[in-house]
Amino acid sequence: MTGRTKRRLGMIVVAGALLLLLSGCARVQMPQDTFNAAGPEAHKINALFWPVFWIAVVVFVLVEGLLVFALGRFRRRPGAPVPKQVHGNTRLEITWTIIPALLLLGVAVPTVGTIFSLARRPPGSLNITATGHQWWWQVEYPSLNVTTANEIHIPVGQPVYVTVKSVDVIHSFWIPRLAGKQDLEPGHTNHLTIEASEVGTFLGQCAEYCGFSHANMRLRVMAQSPADFEAWAANQAKPAETPADGTAAAAGMDLFQNGRFANGLQCTGCHTIDGIQGAAGILGPNLTHFGDRTTFGGATFANTSDNLDGWLHDPPGLKPGADMPNLGLTQEQIDDLIAYLEGLK
Amino acid sequence: MATHASFMPGVKVQNRVWTWLTTVDHKRIGILYGTTSFVFFLLAGLESLLMRVQLARPDSTLIGPQAYNELFTMHGTTMIFLAVMPLSTAFINFAVPLLIGARDVAFPRLNALSYWLFLAGGLLLNFGWLLGTAPDAGWFGYANLTSRQFSPGPHLDFWILAIQMLGVSSILGALNFVVTIINMRAPGMQLLWMPVFVWMVLVTQFLVLLAFPPLTVGMIFLMFDRFFGTLFFSPAAGGDPLLWQHLFWIFAHPEVYILILPPMGIISEVIPTFAAKPLFGAPMMIYAGIAIGFLSFGVWSHHMFAVGLGPAADSAFSMITMLIAIPTGVKILNWIMTLWGGRIRFRAPLYFALGFIGMFTMGGLSGVMHASPPVDLQQTDSYFVVAHLHYVLFGGSVFALFAGAYYWWPKVFGRMLDERLGRIHFWLTLIGFNVAFFPMHILGLLGMPRRVYTYAPDLGWNLWNLLATIGAFLIGASLLVFLANVVKTTRTGTPAGGDPWDGRTLEWSISSPPPAWNFSRIPTVHGRDEFWLRKHGDHDGRRPPDPVPAAPAPIHMPPPSYWPILVAASLLVMMVGFLLTIGQVAIGGLLTLLSIYGFALEYHHKPYGDEVRPSS
Repeated sequence: MTGRTKRRLGMIVVAGALLLLLSGCARVQMPQDTFNAAGPEAHKINALFWPVFWIAVVVFVLVEGLLVFALGRFRRRPGAPVPKQVHGNTRLEITWTIIPALLLLGVAVPTVGTIFSLARRPPGSLNITATGHQWWWQVEYPSLNVTTANEIHIPVGQPVYVTVKSVDVIHSFWIPRLAGKQDLEPGHTNHLTIEASEVGTFLGQCAEYCGFSHANMRLRVMAQSPADFEAWAANQAKPAETPADGTAAAAGMDLFQNGRFANGLQCTGCHTIDGIQGAAGILGPNLTHFGDRTTFGGATFANTSDNLDGWLHDPPGLKPGADMPNLGLTQEQIDDLIAYLEGLK
Repeated sequence: MATHASFMPGVKVQNRVWTWLTTVDHKRIGILYGTTSFVFFLLAGLESLLMRVQLARPDSTLIGPQAYNELFTMHGTTMIFLAVMPLSTAFINFAVPLLIGARDVAFPRLNALSYWLFLAGGLLLNFGWLLGTAPDAGWFGYANLTSRQFSPGPHLDFWILAIQMLGVSSILGALNFVVTIINMRAPGMQLLWMPVFVWMVLVTQFLVLLAFPPLTVGMIFLMFDRFFGTLFFSPAAGGDPLLWQHLFWIFAHPEVYILILPPMGIISEVIPTFAAKPLFGAPMMIYAGIAIGFLSFGVWSHHMFAVGLGPAADSAFSMITMLIAIPTGVKILNWIMTLWGGRIRFRAPLYFALGFIGMFTMGGLSGVMHASPPVDLQQTDSYFVVAHLHYVLFGGSVFALFAGAYYWWPKVFGRMLDERLGRIHFWLTLIGFNVAFFPMHILGLLGMPRRVYTYAPDLGWNLWNLLATIGAFLIGASLLVFLANVVKTTRTGTPAGGDPWDGRTLEWSISSPPPAWNFSRIPTVHGRDEFWLRKHGDHDGRRPPDPVPAAPAPIHMPPPSYWPILVAASLLVMMVGFLLTIGQVAIGGLLTLLSIYGFALEYHHKPYGDEVRPSS
């Protein structure tokens, strides 16, 4: 086998392995895949990315090809004379100043178009506010009188104009399948538009380093049909239901409303539940319809009894850096609170 | 005659510690810079390996969030301020005076002061590890996360004070080299005949002079906020965290070019030597470097496209950013054209130089992608940017620094590095580098943000993260090969002789290692690549006149001085005092004043250096 055939075989093997790898990945779920755009804003970005990407690929192949060719062609051979001492070639150098300039112009024109298109506030949009906290998201629907956390429900097909702000440090709002990032700047109010063209759950997470538990500040967007969204919003606007007397949930509600725990802390000091007198704290998430959420703790933990049990035993033990301290609850208290919280549909 | 001046670098080091502590010889200071920053390079590499171990699997709990945040902060800060930048400075120190035919830099004691301040700053930054409170707000230290409210404890105090010391060191070095390059060129060396490495150094030193002041301003604001309760970055009091981002990136984007231009200069020396051809379009390469330097001050906000500056600002910064691709592209094509028609000898320095061209091209092209703000909104703060910056700073700068190491090693130490180990080092680095960093492009596009200590298992990132970890360890292995090479050849390496590569520039015209006074007789320069002209003549075969044999004229050598290390040590005492007691600040401050006083008046007592009579 000659060296050349060997090299060719090698190439085929490498290419095959890459293909296998890629096809293996195709089966893996990739819920934050920027290529898999699920709305017009993300599509606009991809429509710009792909032409730029292919220009880059062509330039890359040409440059590396030229390099490899030069290396093979001009390798030193025994007895070769000292090469001609060429100092340059003005015409060539001007050529490869102009060609990249033209290529970049080709990138710049659509870039500017897309910048302005993304900045426009779309008509007929739903307004929501997302507020960053270390390390969770508060979500408000001012026109619908709804406050929730970490999970943003939106109607499919309607642009959503998100106002983002921060109560502490800089965070960044990012749902890769719906739109690019928008930083949350303390002291400033920023905006971005997201829109989903299909029903589904779209994951995201904070994209600006915001301290200790940055990795656990996640969020998700649930895109629903307009009818489902309206039903959801109508339910969310209602105050919490009071559980029937004598149930574990009722005991849990009593604990929530009246319990005093380690260092005299009370649930109501930090959390709001509409319909419970005195429960108007704003340091932690609004829990009015907590049972309706699929996750908690900065959308990092599935909303299951097990996870809640772990959380109530020791919040910072489950989620590093959680502000809620270990309240020293007994197992019975925890079970009652779980029953109450899960009932807050 | 004093013995210190005839003392050669690399010989009898062990029992001559004092001569190293007080040296003002640019070659020895270069060796000190190189050794120190290589140790920091290994340390920062170790930090990255720990991070990669943590990220190898999802939901890993090996390293907690606090340690992880400290690791990425220290990895970035160390690599930039204590490894890549001073590794360039090592070559600048060693090579620039030799390349321009000078006996030393303009201010040899100031040069020593730069080094000792750099060492002190590096130690101060890393003291945090010893106390378990390393900096943890990222190398970019975005306000207002850096305020006392959100970052209590001394973590960031180390960072603020250390970086200011490093800034002083860099600015002193920049002044020194600007003056050296402009004033101390050998007779006949016109500006455009200066080796392109020297040109890139000159541009870089101007960037240092202009870029560090905004950083210093930001650092002083931050220091006042933290130590004295001012509110520059506090939104509640009308301050603005965004101010920090502007000040920081006005520094930090030019800083990127401070990190890449000297390596580009190294490549511009290595490629002509091994192609046996002059650099193609050298004036164009120089203009391109100057253009990059100018443009680097007009692009800072491309780090801030997600901040919400508005579409007009985003468009403007986007287009200026794209402009930088033009001079950069010219450079890459001119390097390739230097190889074209040459007689290419494949040696370790050239391998690394070619690695630079290949990998840096890729980093440049991914850079063009996020020069487009809408595309950047998906890529910024994701692993795509981590991939990009490593293709530029590792695939670019670090490859070129290794090219420079293999290239100038024989000149510095008088012995060749082992060629076979050098090639193994290269291939292992190239493969490890691509296995580590290529998957990060994919991770970023699959939505993985930067600076997360953990990630969920169901996001499709597991395989790519595992690959990146494997690649990082391959890079680690490649560094072991390099170290083995150094250890092996220190004892048994082939003696290099003055001109092992058939070099083109003046440093190859003298012995390896060079005598303390570099040139027994200052050379006269007749064109670009003076030494090549002397050996081979120009294309018509004309040679410059043979240099007149060295006349036995005495040479003034600057005497050694212990004041630079005293100034740096006193300043370090004062800085550490900020973290301990006010009394120590006072003592350190007093010592600093006294040692600066001693430093300033030293030559009043001893106006001339010792004379040396070259033996040949």
